[in-house]
Amino acid sequence: MPINISKLLEKQKKNILELWMKNQLADEGLREDLITNEELRSQSEELVNSLVANLTTSNSTDVDSESWNPVIEILGGIAITRARQGFSPRETGRFVYSLKEALLDILQGQIKDDAKALFDESQKISRIMDGLAIVTFETFIKGREEVILRQTDEIAEISTPVIRVWDGILALPIIGTLDSQRTQIVMENLLQEIVESGSSIAILDISGVPAVDSLVAQHLIKTVSATRLMGAECIISGIRPEIAQTVVHLGIDLSSIITKASLASALAYAFRSLRLEVKKQTIQPKIS
Amino acid sequence: MDKIPILRMGNFLLVTIQVDLYDRLALNLEADLVQMVNKTSAKGVLIDISAVSIVDSFMGRIIGNIASMSKILDAETVVVGMQPAVAITLIELGLPLKGVHTALDVEKGMALLKGMIGPDFEDTEEETQEDGPIAE
Repeated sequence: MPINISKLLEKQKKNILELWMKNQLADEGLREDLITNEELRSQSEELVNSLVANLTTSNSTDVDSESWNPVIEILGGIAITRARQGFSPRETGRFVYSLKEALLDILQGQIKDDAKALFDESQKISRIMDGLAIVTFETFIKGREEVILRQTDEIAEISTPVIRVWDGILALPIIGTLDSQRTQIVMENLLQEIVESGSSIAILDISGVPAVDSLVAQHLIKTVSATRLMGAECIISGIRPEIAQTVVHLGIDLSSIITKASLASALAYAFRSLRLEVKKQTIQPKIS
Repeated sequence: MDKIPILRMGNFLLVTIQVDLYDRLALNLEADLVQMVNKTSAKGVLIDISAVSIVDSFMGRIIGNIASMSKILDAETVVVGMQPAVAITLIELGLPLKGVHTALDVEKGMALLKGMIGPDFEDTEEETQEDGPIAE
C-alpha cells in the first residue's frame, strides 16, 4: 500500500504544487510586497519535489530521523529567509499548513473507494506535516532571535562613542539604559581612549539615560573610580532634575563625584581645570 | 632574587615596576620603599605601573599600604600609567585605592607631585631654573 501511495504522490506532484500555489495565492495574507509570485513558486516547487522524493524513498514518519534532513534543510532555509524578510509567524505557518491541505485534498481525490487507506495515509501525511511545521517554527524563531541578537550587538557598538571634544578632554554620551554589560563596554572604551589620547578629563553625559536606579548609579561610580585610577578626572553631566530626585530619594551618595547639570557646564569646568579660556573676539569696527 | 630599583630624583622617589609583581617581591618593595622614604626624607613617591598587566587583591592592598605608610612619613604617593584592564580589575575587586593619587604618565605624575608638595620646593625649583640662564 505505501508504495502505491508514494507513486501516486509522485504522479500527482504537479497537481499538488498547483493546488498549493492556488491555496497560497488565494490567501488574503499573501505578502506580495515581500516576495514575488515567481519566487514563491520556485520555493514551493523545491519543497514539494524534495518532500515527495523523500516520501518515496523513506517510510519513516518521524521528521527527526536522518532521512528527513534534506527536506528540513530546505524548509529551514525558507523559514530563515522569511524571518529576515519580516514575515509574520502566521504567514509562515500558513505556508506549511496550506501544503498539508493541498496534500490531503489530493489524497482524498485519488483514494475515493478505500476509506481505511485514505484515513491511514491522511494520518501519516498529517503527522509528517505537523512535524515539519514545528521545525519551520523553530527555525523561524531562531532566525528572528539571530536578528535581534545582531541588532543588540550593533546598538551596543554604536551607542558608546568616545568623542574628543578638546585636546585632553573626552566626552562620552550614554544613550539608553546602563546595564552591567554596557557599563563594561563603556568603561573599556573610555579607558582605552584615555590611554590613547592621553586625556586627563572625561565627561560622562547621562542625559540620554532614561532612569537612574541604585544599580545604574553603582555602575557610574565604578566607571568614575576606574577613570580616577587611570589618572584622569571624570565628570558626570546631563543630570536631569528627575534623576537628581531619584538619586537622593534612593540615598545614593554621589558626593565623591563631580556632577554638572549640562555638558556645557562640564566643559566649562574642564576648561577651568586645564587652565584654558574661551574668549569672545572683540570685533574691531571697520574704518572706511 | 629580583629587586625593584628605587631611584631618587631630588625630593622624590621613583619606582618603575617592569615585571609582574609576585607577593614576595611586592612585600620586599613595600619594606624597601618605606626604608628609603625614611632615609632620604623624600616628599613624594612616584610608582610607575605601566608594565604591570596582572593585579590581584593583594597587589591592590600593597599599593594602598605603601600610600598610607608614605603618608605617615609625610610623603605623597602617585601611581601612574595604570592599564585599563588593571583599573577595571581593581574596581571589580572593590579596591578603588582611595588614598592614592593617580596620573596618566610619569610626566603628569611629576607635575602633580610638584603641585602637591607646596611652595617650599617649588621656590627652589624656580630659583634653579632662573639661575640657569643667568649663569650662562
